Amino acid sequence: MLEVQSVDSGYGETQVLYGLSFQAEPGRVLAVLGRNGAGKSTTLKTIMGLLPLNGGDVSFDGTPLNDLPPYEIAKLGIAYVPETRDIFPSLSVRENLELASKRFADANGSGAAWTIDRVVDLFPRLAERMSNGGTQLSGGEQQMLAIGRALLMNPRLLILDEPTEGLAPIIVKLIHDKLAELKAEGLSMVLVEQNFGFATSLADDVVVVSKGRVVWQGDAAGIRADEEAQHRWLGV
Amino acid sequence: MTSDPGFWILQGLNALQLSMLLFLLSVGLTVIFGLMHFVNLAHGALYALGAYVAASVAAAVGYWPALIAAPLAVALVGVVLYGGLIKRMRKAGPMSQVLVTFGLIFAMLDLTRIIWGDFALGIDVPQILSGRAAFLGIEYPIYRLFIIALGGLAFVALTLVLSRTQIGAMIRAGVDNDEMAACLGINVEKLFFIVFCVGCGLAGLAGAIAAPLLSVTPDMGLQILIPTLIVIVIGGLGSLQGAIAGSLIYGFVQTFGAVLAPQLASVLIYALLAAVLVIKPAGLFPAKG
Repeated sequence: MLEVQSVDSGYGETQVLYGLSFQAEPGRVLAVLGRNGAGKSTTLKTIMGLLPLNGGDVSFDGTPLNDLPPYEIAKLGIAYVPETRDIFPSLSVRENLELASKRFADANGSGAAWTIDRVVDLFPRLAERMSNGGTQLSGGEQQMLAIGRALLMNPRLLILDEPTEGLAPIIVKLIHDKLAELKAEGLSMVLVEQNFGFATSLADDVVVVSKGRVVWQGDAAGIRADEEAQHRWLGV
Repeated sequence: MTSDPGFWILQGLNALQLSMLLFLLSVGLTVIFGLMHFVNLAHGALYALGAYVAASVAAAVGYWPALIAAPLAVALVGVVLYGGLIKRMRKAGPMSQVLVTFGLIFAMLDLTRIIWGDFALGIDVPQILSGRAAFLGIEYPIYRLFIIALGGLAFVALTLVLSRTQIGAMIRAGVDNDEMAACLGINVEKLFFIVFCVGCGLAGLAGAIAAPLLSVTPDMGLQILIPTLIVIVIGGLGSLQGAIAGSLIYGFVQTFGAVLAPQLASVLIYALLAAVLVIKPAGLFPAKG
């Protein structure tokens, strides 16, 4: 579904990714693991077209994304939940959601389109917050809003950058359960995560990144069993 | 004179009229900056162009067609400027943008000289807007009231568009965080183009309504540029509230300063600007809170 092949990328003169390659399969959750600074967020930003692709190829269902601007990539069906959540502070919670819902109604033509009501069913906490400003929310509520907003784009692939960062354990559990529900519905996901337990309990497939390269590839059970790899690449 | 309520009403209206003119100019500039971090110093030159187009059209077919033709013509110039220059300069950084648009001021200044000559032009306002209206114990030029009304109308219309419509939400989202807006499938560059053209149109409208009040001269764009920049710095970049607040502050401080403390008038607004920059460096109502 998503193919990342020999990708070089980085910030200006600073190269972060060196020939990074992996694939995400439809209907499955791929976790991208690695230490801080390994290049995980850079990978997601490069996929979204937010960072320049200096070498290699990225394609989505056979469509090359190499020279596409982020808004075209989004329209192809990739929704991005960034590490910083990036709720728009000038917009109310409802407007944040409508920004996606009004322009992506049933974008994938399946008829099972996401609606604001369905997002509220998933995260009831958002219901009472609808008219609040985007930044009046707690960290957990912002994460729910960011995920809800992404779902309203009716994506074929959801990519999440550290969804549990800075959240209380009870919220982490809630986010975990909701993502598990989405997975059960067949939504494809790429998940970047520091929380090893969280990531491996959700993921089917795992790639481990270190210094901008893939150093381990396998499935979730494999990385849980491979204590040497955990110790060496993740510091678990 | 300060004990006479008529004085306060009269000067208050003068201040309001100046504020509304500045609002029409600053709102486009500030939203363009907020959305794309693009500094367009030629905004004042577009205002002058609007005044010239209005003067020519008014001389040929009358005031009302001029009021419509000027913003349209200037918006069209905006389209050309965008395609020919601004689009290429988008990633060039603020220094190059300032230099290029600064150069554009002089290019447009000379172009207006070549086309319209060095003589000051005037516009006659239609019968219904000429003369004075008597109310609250004062007499006030109807045309200035018209400017206040038009500015107020523009403010209300823009507020409604920005706060109630989908494109308004897209613009606010783009000002907040253009990368995230793009990740939601919004073509921020296209949005910027639309906002840029509307901003140019509003500058042209400001020129057209200012033309009967001031004489139309090639350097009128340069004269209005500094006040416009002061307005958006005081108000805070990128926001409509900032543009209206900054315009009102400038209009009232300038007008009342000139009549109450004429010796101080020329420095008063700069002192205020400095004070705002010290206390709230981002301005009073910056878009990115």
